Amino acid sequence: MEKRVTFNERFLPYLLVAPQIIITLVFFFWPSGQAIWQSVLLEDAFGGNSKFVWFDNFSHLLADPAYFASVRLTFVFSALVAAIGLAFSLLLAVMADRVIRGATAYKALLVWPYAVAPAVAGVLWGFLFNPSVGIVAWLLGGIGIEFNYVISGNQALLLVVMAAVWNHVSYNFLFFLAGLQSIPRSLIEAAAIDGAGPGRRFWDIVFPLLSPTGFFLLVINILYAFFGTFGVIDALTKGGPGQATNILVYKVYNDGFRGQDLGGSSAQSVILMLIVIALTFVQFRFIERRVHY
Amino acid sequence: MTRIHFSAVAVAAVLASSPALAQTEIQWWHAMGGTLGQVVNALADGFNKSQSEYKVTPVYKGSYTDTLTAAIAAFRAKQPPHIVQVFEVGTANMMAAKGAVYPVYQLMADAKEPFDPKAYIGPVYGYYSTPDGKLLSMPFNSSTPVLYRNKELMKKAGLDPEKPPTTWPELGEMAKKAVAAGAKCGFTPQWQGWTMIENFGAWHNLPYATKENGFGGIDIELKFNSPAHVKHIQTLGEWSKDKTFVYGGRDGKSNAMFAGGECAFTIGSSANSATNDKALGKENVGISMMPYWPDVIAKPQNSIIGGATLWVLKGKPTAEYTGVAKFLSYLAGPAVQAKWHQETGYVPITLAAAEITEKAGFYKTNPGRDVAVKELTLNPPTVNSKGLRIGNFVQIRDVVDEELEGVWSGKKDAKTALDDAVKRGNELVKRFEAANK
Repeated sequence: MEKRVTFNERFLPYLLVAPQIIITLVFFFWPSGQAIWQSVLLEDAFGGNSKFVWFDNFSHLLADPAYFASVRLTFVFSALVAAIGLAFSLLLAVMADRVIRGATAYKALLVWPYAVAPAVAGVLWGFLFNPSVGIVAWLLGGIGIEFNYVISGNQALLLVVMAAVWNHVSYNFLFFLAGLQSIPRSLIEAAAIDGAGPGRRFWDIVFPLLSPTGFFLLVINILYAFFGTFGVIDALTKGGPGQATNILVYKVYNDGFRGQDLGGSSAQSVILMLIVIALTFVQFRFIERRVHY
Repeated sequence: MTRIHFSAVAVAAVLASSPALAQTEIQWWHAMGGTLGQVVNALADGFNKSQSEYKVTPVYKGSYTDTLTAAIAAFRAKQPPHIVQVFEVGTANMMAAKGAVYPVYQLMADAKEPFDPKAYIGPVYGYYSTPDGKLLSMPFNSSTPVLYRNKELMKKAGLDPEKPPTTWPELGEMAKKAVAAGAKCGFTPQWQGWTMIENFGAWHNLPYATKENGFGGIDIELKFNSPAHVKHIQTLGEWSKDKTFVYGGRDGKSNAMFAGGECAFTIGSSANSATNDKALGKENVGISMMPYWPDVIAKPQNSIIGGATLWVLKGKPTAEYTGVAKFLSYLAGPAVQAKWHQETGYVPITLAAAEITEKAGFYKTNPGRDVAVKELTLNPPTVNSKGLRIGNFVQIRDVVDEELEGVWSGKKDAKTALDDAVKRGNELVKRFEAANK
């Protein structure tokens, strides 16, 4: 017979979830509400001349070509970070899964980058590729590639993507590795007996069984690219050169904290929030259907 | 054991934090890290020892932006510091925050603290005062761009290291020779918006914006896309093809290239002299005035400042402001200013401090350290050279950076880039106007 735990208390369940609800309210709903309210105001930073301007901040944004450039850039950037990050860490996980000797050492080394804060990762990559003192830039110069992310927008974007991927590869790696290890050996062995080669076994058995992990990581990576890469960008390029790496979240910060344009910055936050909600919705609605649990 | 240890620390902390005397504490939030921060602490100590009624507590809050953001948040939470250090580009925005700031001239009058505007160096005072000459914030660390040269690289190129270029064509020629002799870069500017556009304009007596560069009102239009500006940026763009000009990044980043011995010339803040001397050796660094275009102006006008000032925020008990006024007077004192100037490379804010420094023979042992003051006082400031008062200036500088980067990477020609910068900047100016009407 099934064993059931029941609570007769009426309020206990509410009490138990209360901490989580309160934290969500205070740290998510309240600031979000503030952002929405700020986004319809035009005011100086000290809050002296505050004016209600309806949707002026939004129409101002939507009339600004630089804003659309930033939106496009953010999508390209996120797609690159997620695609390269997932592909690369899956490759690493599959290879680490096969290692028999010294597996722990490999794993520890692969998890290492996650311990590095994004801002530190940014500084690190900045040093390596610094056009005047960077060792990698110097090596590249030796083989005739002039690498100068201070001037070249594409190189700056490339560098930021690399740094962001590197910083997050461990996280993806851990989940993929755990996913790989939870796939029953018997399935793979059975396929092997039936004559499936390693490639076939990977694409027909391992990959579909990994899809829940992959889907979860896709959502997380997109969120990471949208928000978590702030530190890398701030330390490396500050959105430049030109606006080559000025992704939405950096623009929110830059306009709000550097420019003290709280209304415009809040309007951007609201739009950013809508974009991420929509993206997550699309992912759950359409991609999740193809996921086998 | 741990517990005993812990409580001992707690007791000590409580003892330390309770003031020995009933002193009034004055909070001073600043953005001076490292060595500069130590000098700031020494200044506060000096004041605290000079009297016993008030105690100034300097608090380092990070970068200029961090400091300003922290002060704004504190003000909105009704816990403002008494004094906050704000960079020069924030001036118009601070002025517009009427309920938040306590103008210095008014503070001095209310506190009956003697105050003589004539004691201050013109462009320093003018940058932070109203059009009718009332000081809004206390100048603290002011610098101006100067031309640094690497004498060693000049010698290698067969140039006389004691003869710095005085015009842009000369600089271009010398920089080309330096590159030909093996230098990795001829010339690099720092804070390009400040040096290559803003100071370029003042130096050549060209307007940055209408209405006396914004001193006459907030409904202004930007003007830094004049033919002379375009020609200058165009020339630098052409020079970048053969490394006569090398772009080294935003803000002060490119100073690493000069201090690293790569560049023969740089135009950067006068406050960099200590860093450059340390990196290259005092005897290898020469400081001289910025070059000019002889076809634009016969003799250069004067330069304008950068740096930061101390703004007094409202929202504290009236009695405490007397202490603030006393402290600001102390800071502006000739001896204090002279010390600050000599230790940091920032320009002195009063003429008296410059004189003391001169008399002490400081400029003889540190040649070139007087160039900044000379540039600032070269001629009586005109409407184009007394300073800039532009709303949303921080963002406009970012726009200028972005557009200039378009020129350096060869994506845009100088005219398009400057026209675009003016157009985008005007949007920001209009937004500021709308918010502060």
